[in-house]
Amino acid sequence: MVLNIGPQHPSTHGVLRLKVRTDGEVVSEITPYLGYLHRCFEKHCENITYEQVIPYTDRCDYIASMNNNFGFVVAMEELMEIKVPERVEYIRVIMAELNRIASHLLALGTFGLDVGAFTPFLYMFRDRERILDMFEMVCGARLLYNYMWVGGLSHDIPSNFEQICSGFLDYFEPKILEYNELLRDNKIFVERTADVGVMPADVAVSYGVSGPNLRGSGVNWDVRRDESYSIYDRFEFEIPLGQGQVGSLGDCWDRYWVRISEISESIKIIRQALKGLPAGDIGQALPKKIRPPQGSIYRRTESPRGDLGYYIISDGKPKPFRLKMRSPAFASLSVLDEISRGWMISDVIAILGSLDIVLGEIDR
Amino acid sequence: MNPVEIKKLISAEFPDAIVENESLQEYQIELKPESWLEIAKYLRTEPKLSFDQLECITGVDLGEDQVLQSRYNFHSLKLRHKLEIIISLDRKKPKLASIEQIWRLGDWFEREIYDMYGIVFEGHRDLRRILLPEDWEGWPLRKNYETPETYHGIVVPKIKAESEWE
Repeated sequence: MVLNIGPQHPSTHGVLRLKVRTDGEVVSEITPYLGYLHRCFEKHCENITYEQVIPYTDRCDYIASMNNNFGFVVAMEELMEIKVPERVEYIRVIMAELNRIASHLLALGTFGLDVGAFTPFLYMFRDRERILDMFEMVCGARLLYNYMWVGGLSHDIPSNFEQICSGFLDYFEPKILEYNELLRDNKIFVERTADVGVMPADVAVSYGVSGPNLRGSGVNWDVRRDESYSIYDRFEFEIPLGQGQVGSLGDCWDRYWVRISEISESIKIIRQALKGLPAGDIGQALPKKIRPPQGSIYRRTESPRGDLGYYIISDGKPKPFRLKMRSPAFASLSVLDEISRGWMISDVIAILGSLDIVLGEIDR
Repeated sequence: MNPVEIKKLISAEFPDAIVENESLQEYQIELKPESWLEIAKYLRTEPKLSFDQLECITGVDLGEDQVLQSRYNFHSLKLRHKLEIIISLDRKKPKLASIEQIWRLGDWFEREIYDMYGIVFEGHRDLRRILLPEDWEGWPLRKNYETPETYHGIVVPKIKAESEWE
């Protein structure tokens, strides 16, 4: 039997069509059809200046826009050899990690929703809202920030931000236990996710799966630590790995576990960054005109979905000659067919939820 | 291994494959398209290289009368070194061996390059358009691409001309 899931379906997290070939209720093949959200990101980039690219990156992965900004400016600064002021680096890390928490909250909330747990979704959105409020306070936007610029930031943080942020962390840290009680210790959730959609490490690496999905399969790789950028090498944090505690290594439950543990690690990083935040001017390194020298660069950073890479080729003009975005969710989705074969249709929904895809980034 | 050693190793194994190009950076190597599949297998299996992670494949169009390129960024999780391979292809008949069965990431990334540049990856088991509709005409990311006026009666918005931005 051939079954169409989507393009308009709540569990596809966007506009995605899956053509599922089944034998009874067992999946034998999945063909994803993409492109419903294709906005010609890369073509547009060749016609606009580097400054104008940043708002476009916001709209690629609209769940974690700060991290998308971050990836782009890191690549640009490496290409132009700009040294950014200390204060800017610290603020960037704080924002990126806050956005990582917000993104993981959304991912886990909707993952729970996909397998039938409604309450954690509401709890997580309640707390995500607070993070969005902080972003609004900092740059005026709740979802699409255009906050990090090449060489600096659009605004400095308000004077009471540190206090509000650490207040939030104090409020938020105990909540992780609450989420775990709602999902990790929930028998139905465990039954639906443990041992389901097992992704062996070699398959994950071969498909280019990265980020929490890769670490869920037990591969110890995090760009923040292993190809360190910005000032991540100054902070102490653990890299949570899947261990197959409930089922086998690399199942949906492990991917849940890695994400929820990463939230705690992000809190650690933010606390350290708030503590070390130096005073100073944020605008010193902002170039008047962004004109990178001729050359090319491929730089990847750790977005909440994995290795977010930008390949930028400059011909010395104010517009990119070529700009390619290597989107982590694109690679994560490509593995769906391989790990879903042999599972029930309802398990496909759980697997898709555990991969945490964002269609805005896949289709670009 | 450092980039120089990697380059030495590859040029010792495949003496005719490397294209000399002064403008490249240290970790970049330009190769001729002919023996690409063999070299790719070598990159994956040779224990001194063991590039298990293909990070990204980028298609590039160098200009209207110039070549098309396919650029591969490799990384080894085991040995923690990286490499970029550049392969230039003739614009009129861009053809290259597919590495989709060596690194599965190649599957969708090659489809995307086919979609945007029209580079045909020989040996790819399912080479279709991926982001654009199946009946779309032309290769949009080529520099000489002209946007069609309409698609099934829908007007295609034009990208603003350069002068309008200044």
